Amino acid sequence: MLAEIGYGIIVVAFIVALYSVGAAIYGERTKSPAVVESARRAMLLLWPLISLAAGTLIYLLITNHFEVSFVYEVTSREMPTYLKITAWWGGQAGSLVFWSWLMSAFASLVTLRKWERDREFLPWVIVVTALTTAFFLGLVVFYENPFARYWQTAGGQIVTSMFAPAATATVYFPSDGNGLNPLLRHPGMIIHPPMLYLGFVSFVIPYAFAIAALITGRTDDRWIRITRRWTLIAWLFLSFGLVLGSRWAYDVLGWGGFWGWDPVEIAALMPWLTGTAFLHSVMIQEKRGLLKQWNMILIILTYSLVIFGTFLTRTGVLSSVHAFAQSSIGPVFFVFIGFTFITSIALLIYRWPDLRGETEMKSLLSREALFLLNNLLFMSVLVICFWGVVFPIISQIFTGQTVTVGPPFYDRATAPLFAALMFLMGIAPLSTWKRSTVGTIGRVLWKSALAALVITVILFFTYTHNIIALVGFYLIALVLLVTLYEFWRAAWARSKATKENVVAALWNLFGRDRRRYGGYVIHISMMLMAIGILGINAFQIQTQGTLALNNSLTLGNYSIKYESIAQFTAADNRQVTRAVVNVYDKNGNYLGQLYPRIDYYPDAQQNMTIPGERPTLQDDLYVLLVDWQPASANGATFKIFVNPLVNWLWIGSLIFFVGIIIAAWPDRDPEYASARSRARHAEQPSAAD
Amino acid sequence: MNRNLRIALYVLALGIVLAGLWAVTVHAQNPTPTDDEVNRIAHQLYCPVCENTPLDVCPTEACRQWRDLIRQQLSEGWTEAQIKQYFVQQYGVRVLSEPPASGLNWLVYVLPPLIILAGAFLLFRAMRGWIKPPADSSAVGSGEEAPKDEYVERLEEELKKRK
Amino acid sequence: MNETAKAAPRRSVPLWVQIIIWALLVGLLVIVAIGLNRSQQGQVQPGANIPSFSMPLFSGYELNGKTQFDLADYHGKVVMVNFWASWCKPCEQEAADLEQAWQYYKDSGKVIFVGADYVDTEPEARAYLQKFGITFANGPDLGTKVSQLFRIKGVPETYFIDQNGVLKYAQIGPFSSVDEIKAIIDPLLKQQQ
Repeated sequence: MLAEIGYGIIVVAFIVALYSVGAAIYGERTKSPAVVESARRAMLLLWPLISLAAGTLIYLLITNHFEVSFVYEVTSREMPTYLKITAWWGGQAGSLVFWSWLMSAFASLVTLRKWERDREFLPWVIVVTALTTAFFLGLVVFYENPFARYWQTAGGQIVTSMFAPAATATVYFPSDGNGLNPLLRHPGMIIHPPMLYLGFVSFVIPYAFAIAALITGRTDDRWIRITRRWTLIAWLFLSFGLVLGSRWAYDVLGWGGFWGWDPVEIAALMPWLTGTAFLHSVMIQEKRGLLKQWNMILIILTYSLVIFGTFLTRTGVLSSVHAFAQSSIGPVFFVFIGFTFITSIALLIYRWPDLRGETEMKSLLSREALFLLNNLLFMSVLVICFWGVVFPIISQIFTGQTVTVGPPFYDRATAPLFAALMFLMGIAPLSTWKRSTVGTIGRVLWKSALAALVITVILFFTYTHNIIALVGFYLIALVLLVTLYEFWRAAWARSKATKENVVAALWNLFGRDRRRYGGYVIHISMMLMAIGILGINAFQIQTQGTLALNNSLTLGNYSIKYESIAQFTAADNRQVTRAVVNVYDKNGNYLGQLYPRIDYYPDAQQNMTIPGERPTLQDDLYVLLVDWQPASANGATFKIFVNPLVNWLWIGSLIFFVGIIIAAWPDRDPEYASARSRARHAEQPSAAD
Repeated sequence: MNRNLRIALYVLALGIVLAGLWAVTVHAQNPTPTDDEVNRIAHQLYCPVCENTPLDVCPTEACRQWRDLIRQQLSEGWTEAQIKQYFVQQYGVRVLSEPPASGLNWLVYVLPPLIILAGAFLLFRAMRGWIKPPADSSAVGSGEEAPKDEYVERLEEELKKRK
Repeated sequence: MNETAKAAPRRSVPLWVQIIIWALLVGLLVIVAIGLNRSQQGQVQPGANIPSFSMPLFSGYELNGKTQFDLADYHGKVVMVNFWASWCKPCEQEAADLEQAWQYYKDSGKVIFVGADYVDTEPEARAYLQKFGITFANGPDLGTKVSQLFRIKGVPETYFIDQNGVLKYAQIGPFSSVDEIKAIIDPLLKQQQ
C-alpha cells in the first residue's frame, strides 16, 4: 500500500513538474502573468510532494519492507536505523529521488525570491529548473523505481514490478535484505554524496539564470549578480563533497592515499574546475564589464559537466570503484544530455553578438588579465582531465584495446599547471583592476618573495632536498606571505585611518569587503591543503612485513610492535578482526596504540580494511592489517605508510569552510547590486540589434 | 613472429616455474624479495579485474596471486621492465598505469598540450585585441572610468600617502 | 573545446567556428553513444557469427598436438569455449562437470572443448586444472583478446558455437550438472550442417 502511495506521489510530482514547464512557456509567450504565476505555484508544490514520497521511502527503509526491491538491495535487518535512512542515497533509484528532492528544494528557494525587477527571467528559470527536476523524476517513474516490489507469479518466479504482473501474482517477502555496500557505511560516505549532489544541484540555478538571460536577451550582468551567492554555495558544496570523498577514500579504501585520479573522482572534479574559473571570471564582468561571452561559456560548461559526469558514472559507460551498477537509464540520459548541450550552444551562438564586452583592457598585468590567465590554467587542467576520462572510451572504440589512464599521466600533466596557478594566486591579489605594472606589483611582491626564498632555503637544509617539493614549498610560502601581508597592510592602513586598533580594523575590513577577504582566506586554506597534497605526494614512505607476536616493523621515525589480535562480532553483525599494535618513535619512546582491523560484512560478503591512524601535524602514521593467519608463528602482515604533512589538507579544508562563509555572508543590502553599478547598466546602450 | 614469441614466452614461463620449483626444493638460493620490492612494482601495475585499482593495494584473491607471481619473478632475477612486459603480454595494456605511447595512444599525450597551446594562443590574441582597441572606442574607454571598489581605492590612496 | 569560440570579437560567430563547434559536439556525442551502447549491449548473443580467433594453449593441454587453438580449424564441429580462472570460486562448481562432459564427447570427434583461462597466473591455473583433473584443451586468454571478443562480463561463462561458426548458446554463470551441458550440445550435434 505504502509503496503505491509513494509511487503515486512521484508520478503526480512528475506531472506537476511538466505542467510547470508548459505553463511557464505558455504564460511567457502569451504575456499572461497569471499563467506564469500558476507555473510558479506548481514549481513550489514540487518540494512538498517529493518530500512526502521521500518520507514514504524512508519509512519503508526503516521498517524493513524487504518486499520493496530497493529496500532489499540497500538495507538489512542488522543495519542501525541511521544507516537505513542514509541508505536512501545508497542505491541508484533512491539517489535519483534524493537528487530530485534537493533539486526541487533549490528551485523552490529561488522561485520564492522577490522578482520585481527580474520578472522576465522568472518563466525561463522555472522552465530550466522544472525541466531538470522532471527529467530526474521521469527516470524514477519509468526506469529506476525505488518503490517496485517483488512478486511471485503462479509459476513460482520472482519478478520485480510496481504493480501485480499477473492477477494471480502475490507480493513476495524476503526475510532479510542484502545490506548496504560496506564501502558506503562510513560516516564520510554518508555525508559525501549529499554534499556532492548539493553542489551539482545548486549549479543548476546559475545555469537557469544564464539560459534565461540568453533567451530573454537581457544580457547585462544582472543574471550574474542574482546568482553570485548561489554559485558560491554550489562551489562550497562541491568542494566539500570532494574533500569528504577524499577523506572517505583515505579512511576506508586502504590505499594510504586520498586521491587516485579515478574517472569518477575526475567527473566530480571537472565541474569544480570550471566552477572555480567561473567564480573568478564573473568578478571581471562585475567590475569591468568584460568577458560576458566567456562567463556564459563557463556556466554552461559547468552545468554540462555536472550532468555529463553524472551520466558517465551512473550508466556504466565508465567503470570504477565508485560507479553505480549498470543501469537502464543510459539512453534516455543520453538524450537529455544531447538536448542540453545542443540547446545551450545554439542559444549561445544566437546571442553571441549581444554578449560583447563593454570596456577594454588596459594592461597585461592588470587583475583582469591575471584572472584570464587563471581561467586559461583551469581550462587546461580541465582539458587534461576530460581527455584522460574520455580517451579510454575512444581507444576501446577504435582499437578494441582497453587502456588505463592513471595517476602518473595526471600528476605529470597537471602539476606544472597547479604550480602556475599558485604563482598567480601569489601575484593576483597585488595587482589592481585595469592597470598594474611590473613595478607596482614588484614593489609589494619582493618582500614576500624574499621571505619565501628564505623559508625555502631553511627547508632545504632542514627538511628535504627534493627540488620539486622545494618549488612547491616556495610557491606555498609565497602565496601565504603575500596574502597575510595583504591582510596586515590593509588592517594597518585602516587602523591608521580610523584610529581603530589593528584587530578591530581587520575585523571591520572583513565586514567591508567580505568577498575579497573571504577569497583571501580561501586562498590561504588552499595553500594549507597544498601542503598536505605536496607532502603525501613527495614524501610518502611505506613498508610491508609479516610479523610474529611481539615483533616490530620500523618505518621512518616510527616503529610498530604487534601486540595482539582478536576477533569478535560487532553490534551490526560485522565480523571484526582487530590487531593491536604499539607505536614507538625511533628512540623507543611509547607513543600510543593503533587498532588496524579487517571488517567482514557477512550480509554483503565483503571485506573492508580499516587503517589505524596516528595523525600529527608533521605526518600521519597509517597502519593497515593486510592479512593474518589464525594460528601460526608468522602472525599478521602489516602495511605501514607514513604520510608527511597530510593532515594540513584536512585543516585547510576547515579554514576553507570559514573562508566561504565569510565570502557568502549576506550583505545588508540583499540585492547586492549597488546603485552605482545599476546606474552603469542604465547608461549602457542596449547591444541588441 | 608473434607466435614464435609466444612460444618462447611459454617456454620461458615454464622454465621459470620449473626453476621456481627447483629453487624451492634447494631452499631458495636467491634471497626472497621483500614485500616492499614486490609492492614497488605492483604499484605501477593495475589490477586486470578490479577497475582502476593498483595491484599493490587490491585486496582480492586474484591480486594476491599476481603479487606472488611478481615475487617469484623477482626471485628469478627478472627486471622490472621484463615483469611489466610479461603482464602486458598476459593481460593486455590496461595493466599499465598509462597507455604506451604508440599508435592511437599518442593522442593521449599530444592532444592536451595542443589544445592548451591553442587556447593560450587565442587568449593572447584576444587580449592583444582588447589592449589596443580601435581609436573610437578607446576614446570612450578613457572617458568612462570603470567602477572601482571605492573602499579599496581609498585604502590604496591611504597606503600611497604612507609610503 | 569551447575555447575556440572565445576569440571572436566580431559581431557574430563566424560560420567556420560554428561548424567546428557543432562537429566537436557531434563527435563527442557519437563517441559517448558508442561507449554507452557497448556498456549496455552485454555478451555476444546467440545467432551471432563468431569470427575466427586463436589462442595459445598450455603445454600438456594441447589440442590434437597443436600448441595453438584456431577456431577456423574446427569448422564442422561443435566448439565449446569456457572462460574460467583459478581465483574464481563459482568456476570450481562446474569444473568436474565440464570434464565429465568432455569424457562423454571426446571420442565422437564432433565436439571440441577449449578452456580460456581469464586473467590468471599460470602456476595457479595449472594447479586448478590438476585439482579437477581437466584434460581438455586449455590456454591463457592472452591480453584478454578472446574474452573481449565475446564481451564477457565475468567468469565462468561458456559459449557454444555450432558447425557453421554460429554462436548457439551462452551460459552465464556455472553449470550445475553434466546433463545441463549435454542438453545444450546434443541438439547441436543433430542439426544439419
